[in-house]
Amino acid sequence: MKTQFVALRTPIIAMIVALTITAVLLLLAGADVFAAFGVLLTGALTTPSRIADMLMLLAPLLLCAVGLTMSFAAGQYNLGIEGQMTVGGVAAMWFLRGYQDGAPVLVYWIGAVLCGMLMGALWALLVALLKRYMRVSEIFAGLGFNFVALGLALYLVFGPWKRPGVASMSGTEPLADALWLPTVTGTRLTLVTPLLAIVMLAIVWRLIRHTHWGLQVRACGLSALASVRMGVPATRRTLEAMALCGACAGMAGALQVIGVYHALVPNVASGIGLMGLLVALLVRADIRWVAAVALFFAVITSGSIQLPLTLSIDSSISGVLQGLIVLAVIVARARRGEEVA
Amino acid sequence: MHVSIQQLNKSFGPVRANQDITIAFAAGQIHGILGENGAGKSTLMKLLSGVYKPDSGQIFINGNAVTLGTPRLAVQIGIGMVGQDPLDVPVFSVLENIACGLQMPSDADIRQQIMHWSTTLGFPLHPDQRMRDLTVGQRQQVEIVRLLIAGSHVLILDEPTTGITAAQVAALFAALKTIVATGKTVLFVTHKLDEIEVLCNTVTVLRAGQLVGTQLAMPISKEAMLTAMFGEFLTHPQVPAKPIPTDAPRWQLSDTMLQDTTFVLGPLNLSLPKGMIIGLAGLEGSGQRVFMHHLAGTAHPDRGHVHFNGQPLTRANPLVAWLPADRLHEGIIGAMSLSEHVQLLRDSLLAANQNATEKTAQLIVDYAIKATPDMPLQQLSGGNQQRAMLALIPESAQGILLEHPTRGLDTVSAMAIWQRLQVRRDNGATVLFFSADLSEIMQYSDAVLVFFGGQVSRLLARDSLSEEALAALIGGVGFAEVSA
Repeated sequence: MKTQFVALRTPIIAMIVALTITAVLLLLAGADVFAAFGVLLTGALTTPSRIADMLMLLAPLLLCAVGLTMSFAAGQYNLGIEGQMTVGGVAAMWFLRGYQDGAPVLVYWIGAVLCGMLMGALWALLVALLKRYMRVSEIFAGLGFNFVALGLALYLVFGPWKRPGVASMSGTEPLADALWLPTVTGTRLTLVTPLLAIVMLAIVWRLIRHTHWGLQVRACGLSALASVRMGVPATRRTLEAMALCGACAGMAGALQVIGVYHALVPNVASGIGLMGLLVALLVRADIRWVAAVALFFAVITSGSIQLPLTLSIDSSISGVLQGLIVLAVIVARARRGEEVA
Repeated sequence: MHVSIQQLNKSFGPVRANQDITIAFAAGQIHGILGENGAGKSTLMKLLSGVYKPDSGQIFINGNAVTLGTPRLAVQIGIGMVGQDPLDVPVFSVLENIACGLQMPSDADIRQQIMHWSTTLGFPLHPDQRMRDLTVGQRQQVEIVRLLIAGSHVLILDEPTTGITAAQVAALFAALKTIVATGKTVLFVTHKLDEIEVLCNTVTVLRAGQLVGTQLAMPISKEAMLTAMFGEFLTHPQVPAKPIPTDAPRWQLSDTMLQDTTFVLGPLNLSLPKGMIIGLAGLEGSGQRVFMHHLAGTAHPDRGHVHFNGQPLTRANPLVAWLPADRLHEGIIGAMSLSEHVQLLRDSLLAANQNATEKTAQLIVDYAIKATPDMPLQQLSGGNQQRAMLALIPESAQGILLEHPTRGLDTVSAMAIWQRLQVRRDNGATVLFFSADLSEIMQYSDAVLVFFGGQVSRLLARDSLSEEALAALIGGVGFAEVSA
């Protein structure tokens, strides 16, 4: 148990450092530090509708973070997560455009989510294949494909899929009302996304921690050379892990289209994938902490929306805090001579 | 410029890499520094070129004690080192590479200097060539020219003939002779006896971090150099070696050429029988590693095939286990525990199971590994990591390839490891190993392959050799008679 404590000491110290720096920034801005932290931590939890908004952020964030934990376990820094989310949304929209009144809605929902997962997986596989066979860093390939995905979405929104008469950033023709996922009364929240996020968390948890496949993936991530020597099919495992990550992101993108935007919007990823990267960087490949960290990030991000209203502080302070926490943890790891991510 | 060192000491943790080294290097000569891998040559050269600071002792230049501090300072004082691998900027031109570390008034001056030295030394260099278009040998030439333009009086070359062509070796040797003729000094680090013989004026031998005798003026016989490198030859209790069987071989090479980026081996015609322990003898870097890679199926011959159990080996074969010397990089996964490794090597859907736990506990007992099943292997001592790696060789392995199997192990552990390997041999596995320790090869091999000059000897029965004879073969003396 002693080792458990030592393992936790670094993140706790890093957290204190990050909070202190944020406090100093708030002081410099002339704000009431304790009130501001209070709003950050509880602002998202005060009313049912705010909790619903927070869950609407948490669900896709958790999906991305779970997928990224998988790719990090395989040693792949999948910065293409946003693009994989975007093409997931595009694929879902493509499938849903075939809907006609009276057709079974459930089939279209399932089909759209599966299309999104498949497209996300393929988008991630492209990156993984470029890395494996062309020696292109997955970081740069991923970033590049993010722009391609955004370009694809923009093209569709302003071109073939534009609303009759108007083409605008606000998106394509909205989905038929029947296709909107049902929401909790009085909120915009659908429970499907959080439920699927929990299912994916459970699946990936089981895979990483309790299967031979997951052990092989982690072995590749820790030492590709040694795994190959011991007979692990390293190329296959790496590709599979990346595809699974892309599928999680694609699912998130598809659900944003069906459950939140009810149309394809160019910015369907809206930075959720990048926040997922911050979560994954914090937990490294340790799936046990993903849900807790994602929840914390969702809470302070949602809570920060209340800051300008109650304390006249810009909401960007939540991003500052998140960035500082990640930075502090990485610095602490580097100082201990550990792998940074 | 006259360089001498007095009572130099340098330790890395418990390892005393250099102990009380005292040498004087006369100007205008090529001084050979000879020793096996790990003898302390590179450490000594790094002390002289400012990369390391000595724990104690002094370096004198023209009789004055100096502190070299950093490589930059050493170059300013006049000592420059050409490393084993080229350290340059590949996208730069020759001129840019040389200019970036110098404080010279103009490119024109440097350009003129490059032309001057290239002509003098017979190097075909042009200032505007890109470094990345040059061969390793040419990049080494650029490095030498760079150090000369920077004003070096003492040039250190660390194993400079590795990976360059015969013509470039000839050009290098001629250039070094030209350089010392101008009164400069060359320190030439090598473990190749031939090079010392044709090039050097004196030779200094290091063994296990210590100076062997004093600096010797050439010529000296190869036998004398070998005795100095390896120490007194032991006579071994003659446990009868297993006779070489003649049935279907484990590995078969017919007119096969093996190659990696820096090394060509062959053509080879060899049959390696079943159920033998075969020692690969040779100075480090004589092709043993290339050979093992090909027998493991992780590298592919340039010409011909490597057959394993009668089948051409086209990729890594699960029946061949290969244990690399670089344990934590290639051998095991440092962040994973022994029980995770056991699970990794099994073929079951779920990772954790009762069987794996029992198997791990059994291995820990059998191989006397000081660890718990769940401890990350990187927390183990080197010896225990080695035992863990040996414990993980699958029972089904029919070929076992080992690099330095007992390096870092105490005698008792080493004997235990060998007992295990002998059991594997008696069960029909063919065990190949290389070791820097000739005694180990003599003690545990049934047969020996000698590596020299890009060739491999025929399979020699251990009984027919003495340690002294083996040392001579390693140095190339009498190698022609045993080559296949």
